[in-house]
Amino acid sequence: MDAILEMRGITKEFPGVKALNNVNMTVRRGEIRALVGENGAGKSTLMKVLSGVYPHGSYDGEILYNGKPVAFRGIPDSEELGIVIIHQELALVPQMTIAENIFLGNELATRGVIDWNETNRRTAELLAKVGLRESPQTKVGSLGMGKQQLVEIAKALSKKVDLLILDEPTSSLNEHDSDALLQLLASFRDQGMTAILISHKLNELSQVADSVTVLRDGATVAQHDGMLPEDQIIKEMVGRSMDDRYPPRDPQIGEVVMQVRDWTVEDPDRDGRLMVKNAKFDLHRGEVLGIAGLMGAGRTELAMSIFGRSVGKLRSGEVTINGSKVDVSTVPKAIKGGLAYVTEDRKSLGLVLIDTIRRNIPLAHLGGIAAKGVVDSQREAEIARDFRKRLNIRSSSIEQETLNLSGGNQQKVVLAKWLFTNPEILILDEPTRGIDVGAKYEIYTMIRDLAEQGKSIIVISSEMPELLGITDRILVMNEGRLVAELPTAEATQEKIMSIIIRSGHNLTDDQITPEQIEAETPHV
Amino acid sequence: MSDSTQSRPTGDTFGFIRRNIREYGILFALIVIMIFFQIATGGILFRPVNLTNLFLQNSHIVIMAVGMLLVIVAGHIDLSVGSVAAFVGALAALMVVKMGLPIPLVVVLSLMAGAVIGGIQGYWIAYWKIPSFIVTLAGMLVFRGLTMWILQGQNIGPFPREFQMIASGFIPDLFGPDKPNTLSLILGWGAALAILWLAIRNRRRAEANGVADEPFAFFAAKNALIFLALVWMTWALANFRGLPNVFIVMAVLVALYAFVSERMTVGRRIYAIGGNSKAAKLSGINSERVVFLTFVNMGMLAALAGIVVAARLNSATPKAGVGFELDVIAAVFIGGASMAGGVGTVIGAVVGAFIMGVMNNGMSILGIGIDYQQVIKGLVLMAAVIFDVSNKSKS
Repeated sequence: MDAILEMRGITKEFPGVKALNNVNMTVRRGEIRALVGENGAGKSTLMKVLSGVYPHGSYDGEILYNGKPVAFRGIPDSEELGIVIIHQELALVPQMTIAENIFLGNELATRGVIDWNETNRRTAELLAKVGLRESPQTKVGSLGMGKQQLVEIAKALSKKVDLLILDEPTSSLNEHDSDALLQLLASFRDQGMTAILISHKLNELSQVADSVTVLRDGATVAQHDGMLPEDQIIKEMVGRSMDDRYPPRDPQIGEVVMQVRDWTVEDPDRDGRLMVKNAKFDLHRGEVLGIAGLMGAGRTELAMSIFGRSVGKLRSGEVTINGSKVDVSTVPKAIKGGLAYVTEDRKSLGLVLIDTIRRNIPLAHLGGIAAKGVVDSQREAEIARDFRKRLNIRSSSIEQETLNLSGGNQQKVVLAKWLFTNPEILILDEPTRGIDVGAKYEIYTMIRDLAEQGKSIIVISSEMPELLGITDRILVMNEGRLVAELPTAEATQEKIMSIIIRSGHNLTDDQITPEQIEAETPHV
Repeated sequence: MSDSTQSRPTGDTFGFIRRNIREYGILFALIVIMIFFQIATGGILFRPVNLTNLFLQNSHIVIMAVGMLLVIVAGHIDLSVGSVAAFVGALAALMVVKMGLPIPLVVVLSLMAGAVIGGIQGYWIAYWKIPSFIVTLAGMLVFRGLTMWILQGQNIGPFPREFQMIASGFIPDLFGPDKPNTLSLILGWGAALAILWLAIRNRRRAEANGVADEPFAFFAAKNALIFLALVWMTWALANFRGLPNVFIVMAVLVALYAFVSERMTVGRRIYAIGGNSKAAKLSGINSERVVFLTFVNMGMLAALAGIVVAARLNSATPKAGVGFELDVIAAVFIGGASMAGGVGTVIGAVVGAFIMGVMNNGMSILGIGIDYQQVIKGLVLMAAVIFDVSNKSKS
């Protein structure tokens, strides 16, 4: 066996926490190795040790690269030997062009004077390699997430790369872009590159990975030279078998609670472009309604525009709740109308990260902890403690800063914030993105319980198995339009995908009439 | 990552210090600086006459620092406060000296003028999203210019005695003129007792809730120190001329703003906006209005500072308040606020103001030149911020 990388007995401690405990990992030359584990299992820490973010000496154990022990003092050291890491959060400057981004910090220059011709020529080559048909002069900010990810990869290729590490590369991509990316990765492997792929999406890993290393609680659980079935990987990740990934449910669906009619939203940045076109749907009491669609289909825009016009410019439309027309033109009015919106981006839109759990929870309903504008801190603490217990928010106490919580626990704090407003209608946007399997199950259970209490819930999700597992009814959205509606019992992943693909056909024009939509909508 | 259901252990002294090093550090720094100058000046610093001067000379900085703290916590900055203070001082001088309006009316009109100025700047910042640095930089130039224009390059003064009393008067003794000033003693000691009582009550509540994480020795030492300092200071001042009027104004403002920022919902909103304005907005907080009001408030406090300064100098001058904004902003940052917003306390800002004040005063007594004073103050500001940053990156 020809190992390009061997990490032996890696132990990394932070004050009070042992993040990695005697971790081993071997990567063979020319393979794609999957690295999996729940959030907080230590995957990112391990990769930071490998890439030199945590310099040699700050951890115990040894790293053998190409059979020789290495001691990296920083990222430049590891990059020099061909180890390149692409982080989950893209590190691109949106205001700069593709070419400028790719050679940022690594400019093709003589004595500080940049050779733009050479830069553009090399960029064009790299873009061809990753299959991105864009001009090197295109501003990165104008590209979609999928293309930006390709730019990141082109940037990695611009360096001499033997071992490419990708941390959740598809977490913000739609399925089409994800597939393309995975294929690209496979083709690189066939040309001899080695890669480590970190992902929560096990189905993707089974597509491309050759072998898998499983971490749990900072320790290596298993290293397999081949891929395992998903169920078995999950079992090793969580340390228990997960026969059922979704809690059993017994929906009691009541009368119509909310009606949205003729909802059309314009993009304020691009004149005339519509983000949401003539959306129309009903939501019932006790119902979990899913909205499926590709990234950029307008699902978030639909939700956020209903929630206090937080996005876009409303051109037409009305919302009826419990039979009467409701003004949802500002966030406070929407909250008053019984709506709550749990954002897909909990870090930048959901939490005040520098504040504690206690201070985050009442933020959307400060009146609930105050009398005449004066906060009752005892009541506030009681409420925070209560939610911490009820939602099983794992933390040292309610005084812990939300910055230091894992993704799943952050999501629970955001949920707690909105549950405290006691909404009738909850809109959850990608509620389980980037959180581990155990926490996902807890959130599914919470959604079920809320529906059983008579709340109405809308779940927007890009993970179709999740929608199929927890909803009663699914709306399919594509290019700003709600193109189909089907009971979950009759839905399958293939069906939804084919609806999306068929609806995209011949419908690129924004000026489309309702009749056309009607005609093009597949009736399933 | 740890899965514990109980709260933090209460006796974890080391962990507590690490978490709260900033708050204790700043208080400790003030004490060290005071002791240093007390020794270096051969005991002059704590003499009643100097202590009184210390308060008189720094009141305007403290008054503006509490407003600036809110502005900075909200994620903004106000560079115009020095010019606004000068402008309102000139306006007040015009109304009192040239027009002969009654003083209470002048004070009210001046504060209103400040609020309107703050409102105009706040409007562009909050509703038009123009960076506060630019808006208030413009305001700084505009109101400096308007001050010169109103005053025609001249000083206006002197003021009638009642107006001067705002800044240099002392509270009267209702119980006769002998020393010590009984009313001052009652107020000062009463406040000391009230602060002690509040601290004990909060501690009890925290204990009942199981969230008391300050080790008891710390709690006892800190509050004993504050109590004794207040009692002693009151005694010293009462045996001199009594508590200065501005001292009362300052104390009331500090208490009020500490309460607003820590205990009221509007305070919460300001911290949330500074911490994450998008999340605050999506939580239904009307961030535009809150930011607007923060600037209205700042303008009003700048106006109050302008009145105090004019009254103390006994004239309005075109050069009044030059560089105040920098002292005020420095005080807030020394007090632990973050440029990024969302972090900082009123008490910290006040302590920061006193650190600057004691250093100014002590260095002047020692006869250190203004050149060195500037250098030393700059280094102290830098040191405080470096301390913050290194502290943050460690945790």
